[in-house]
Amino acid sequence: MSLRNRELLNLIAVGLLTAIGFASVYIAGSEPSELDATSLTYAGIFMALYLAAHFVVRYAAPYADPVLLPLAALLSAIGVTLIYRLEPDDAFRQSLWIVIGVVLFSLTLLALRRDYRILEQYKYLFGITAILLMVLPALPGIGQTINGARLWVKVGSFQFQPGELAKIFLIIFLAGYLRDKREVLAQGRLKDFGPLFLIWGAAMLVLVQTNDLGSALLQFGIFLAMLYVATGRAAYALAGLALFVGGAAFVYRYVPHVQERVTIWLNPWTDDPVFCAQTGEFALRQDCGSFQLVKSLYSIGNGGFAGTGLGKGTFTTTGGDPIIPYLNTDFIYSAIAQELGLVGAAGLLLVFMLFVARGFRVALLADDGFSKLLAAGLTFGLALQTFIIVGGVLRVIPLTGITLPFVSYGGSSVVANFILLALLLLVSNRANMQAARGRT
Amino acid sequence: MNKQITRLALTGVGMIVALVVATTYWQAWAAGDLADRQDNQIERVAQFTIDRGEIRGNGVVWARNRAEKKGGRTFYFRVYPQRGLAAHVVGYSTQERFRTGLERSMNDYLTGQNANLSTVLETFVDKAKGATIKGNALRLTLVPRAQRAAQNALGRRCGAVVALEPDTGKVLAMYSSPTYNPNLVEENFDQVTSVTAECRRPDALLNRATAGLYAPGSIFKVVTASAAIDAGRFQPDSEFVDPGYCEVYGKRVNNYDTTRPFGRLDLHTALVNSVNSVFCNIGKELGARFLVEYMKRFGFYALPPLETPADERAPSGIYKGTKLFDPAADTDVDPGRLAFGQERLLVTPLQMAMVAATIANDGVVMKPQVIDRIVAPDGKVLVRSKPEVLDRAIKPATARAVGAMMKDAVAEGTGTAAQISGFTVAGKTGTAETGIAGLNTTWFIAYAGKNRPQVAIAAVVEQQNSTGGQTAAPVARDVLQAILGSTANS
Repeated sequence: MSLRNRELLNLIAVGLLTAIGFASVYIAGSEPSELDATSLTYAGIFMALYLAAHFVVRYAAPYADPVLLPLAALLSAIGVTLIYRLEPDDAFRQSLWIVIGVVLFSLTLLALRRDYRILEQYKYLFGITAILLMVLPALPGIGQTINGARLWVKVGSFQFQPGELAKIFLIIFLAGYLRDKREVLAQGRLKDFGPLFLIWGAAMLVLVQTNDLGSALLQFGIFLAMLYVATGRAAYALAGLALFVGGAAFVYRYVPHVQERVTIWLNPWTDDPVFCAQTGEFALRQDCGSFQLVKSLYSIGNGGFAGTGLGKGTFTTTGGDPIIPYLNTDFIYSAIAQELGLVGAAGLLLVFMLFVARGFRVALLADDGFSKLLAAGLTFGLALQTFIIVGGVLRVIPLTGITLPFVSYGGSSVVANFILLALLLLVSNRANMQAARGRT
Repeated sequence: MNKQITRLALTGVGMIVALVVATTYWQAWAAGDLADRQDNQIERVAQFTIDRGEIRGNGVVWARNRAEKKGGRTFYFRVYPQRGLAAHVVGYSTQERFRTGLERSMNDYLTGQNANLSTVLETFVDKAKGATIKGNALRLTLVPRAQRAAQNALGRRCGAVVALEPDTGKVLAMYSSPTYNPNLVEENFDQVTSVTAECRRPDALLNRATAGLYAPGSIFKVVTASAAIDAGRFQPDSEFVDPGYCEVYGKRVNNYDTTRPFGRLDLHTALVNSVNSVFCNIGKELGARFLVEYMKRFGFYALPPLETPADERAPSGIYKGTKLFDPAADTDVDPGRLAFGQERLLVTPLQMAMVAATIANDGVVMKPQVIDRIVAPDGKVLVRSKPEVLDRAIKPATARAVGAMMKDAVAEGTGTAAQISGFTVAGKTGTAETGIAGLNTTWFIAYAGKNRPQVAIAAVVEQQNSTGGQTAAPVARDVLQAILGSTANS
């Protein structure tokens, strides 16, 4: 069977799953239990959308990996289903964003279908744009602080997180720059590291300006991973890690927001009241600074092995007030873990794992340095982002607000990840095409 | 570069594996601990979607559900039709204030989370079908008439009453005053906590019956007499001389009424008339450690077993500050004062009811139980309480001898106010000084029955300016009458 037909079959399976998911949410919410056509409309629109994406791939990247698009579709379907269950209005907006994402995905594929490596020529443009985008939220007037972190830009009524797009531009820049300089970098001459130190400095600056450990960790982690892949020197990665830890420790000492996040992470529960900066009074930490994390853990624990079932979870008080804030975005994993249980949450993580494994496979199969670095960077970025937010929610690392790729509610995130997917498919298409030509 | 990419891929996959492990930890390993945390609001709200088991017994409903539909989900809120009648035993289950009493300790059964195979199966099937999970119902041993009698008898005074069935340990009455209306806890907690009664601790939520610690005063002479006779050191007819006081460490300890020394008398008469000096001398003779040994046989120095939460009960014994004190040497404690229930001795009404029940039950301590049975939604009995022996405290002969003294105490001594026509009542009064002149903690412990002991009781009334015989004995009598009356009818 051809790669594209396999992709089509996978997509049909995903479409069925989506329909079942929407149906169960709808049935759980209705009394008496019944199914309504409107709930299935979502699944229908969804299916049509991905079929369109599929045909674009058929035309623009016929040799591309047949699993990545269905996996992304599955993740976004899980996301929309959950968002539909939590905030039906947001689900509509998220669907619109997915439409925009798929359009940009298609445009990227179509524009770069002959040779995406043209991007390499504009690497510095991407690098500079990435830094500009990162600094954007820190600018007064358009920057917005939400949930303690300054990640948002607001122009008029249009609101977005430039960090998501900056991540991809950064990866393109690094792939181009590192392919160019990998030999000299491997020699270890200090002056060649100039631009890299610049990036490190920028990441730290972003951390201080935006109060956000998560984004800084993500950008810097991607940078170190790509540096390692390019030079093969693990020492660089370790030295970079040391630099980051050193920088973070410095920031920890002088930035109260970061300090609080770490304290919350280490001791979310207290037996005695502690000073609560938010209210200025004394309270148990679980009622104050760490209530988001603690409630999220309660949500996860409540799910148990099999979960409560879609639509049957508890996210509001009996009076209807929300218990967990940012449930749609930062804490969507806690919602999934409660309603689908360990089975569903582990299943979701396996989908991510599969995506990551396929992404690295693309990097392995690619036959030039830029493509390898690009694919490895994009894939690792997605893996690290997943780790940072889910790890934060699970108290593996300090919690920082960042989206769960393809799943969380949020336009910038959805759009950026669809572009990421398009780039991965392009790399994969070229690699498989070369291999096919080599065989014949 | 492929070597590096492979390693990076392993790192990436490894990170996600770590997330699977962490999720497993929270959802399997730590889930129980998370669910038990008092601030777990999700668990609390989620439990309102369970059709919680009813609590009822002996013809009344102590707790039932009120189903309310909100946002597409049905919540089962608690209603307590008897309001404050047994609030401290039944407790409450709320969203904002968590749970207390049996609602808390029996939560697993009431919500169908208990590990009995049939419940596990049923809950699983309900869950899989998406149907409402039904909890198991509790049937209590409390006698509503007795609760009402206790409520009326205590009125606005602070105190508690515990009544037990001597040969089974069934809790027939357990009432703590002031009480509160559990229906108000969620909506109007201020009204619950504002206590106007003059109590030593103005806390309406405190279960004085199991966690109220009081100096026992003369009711403790029952334990002293039991120890003295059981060890063979004294007999009911052992002779004493009462000068109206007793000397301990060179200091005089007076009788309640020093103006009328009894002169020559025996142990039986001393208990009937509650003569401090006699028990003081017995205490000096026996020693503190010996008395403590016998206290332990009656259940002192251990948390009295009951189905209510452990932290809503307190052990009785000698206290040093807020901690139980087990004397290592006889000289650590004044045995003379200990023997008639002063020193630093603090006891709960439940423990003293157990003492009375033990005398009534030929010296065998029965485990107090307030739950008669636990019934599954289909009517099947999951658990039926059986009488359980905790310990043999004293020989049957000792119990009978002490019982005879207590009978005379009611017939002709300090406890005449507890007489009930047609029944034999055996009792002992107690009046413990609180340190404030004119304010005593007054006690009465007793057992009663027609031909055999049918009920044992302990009643305490706080902050009284007269004696146990005048204040606590009538309270105990009212409750005894209510129980004996209702058993006679049944």
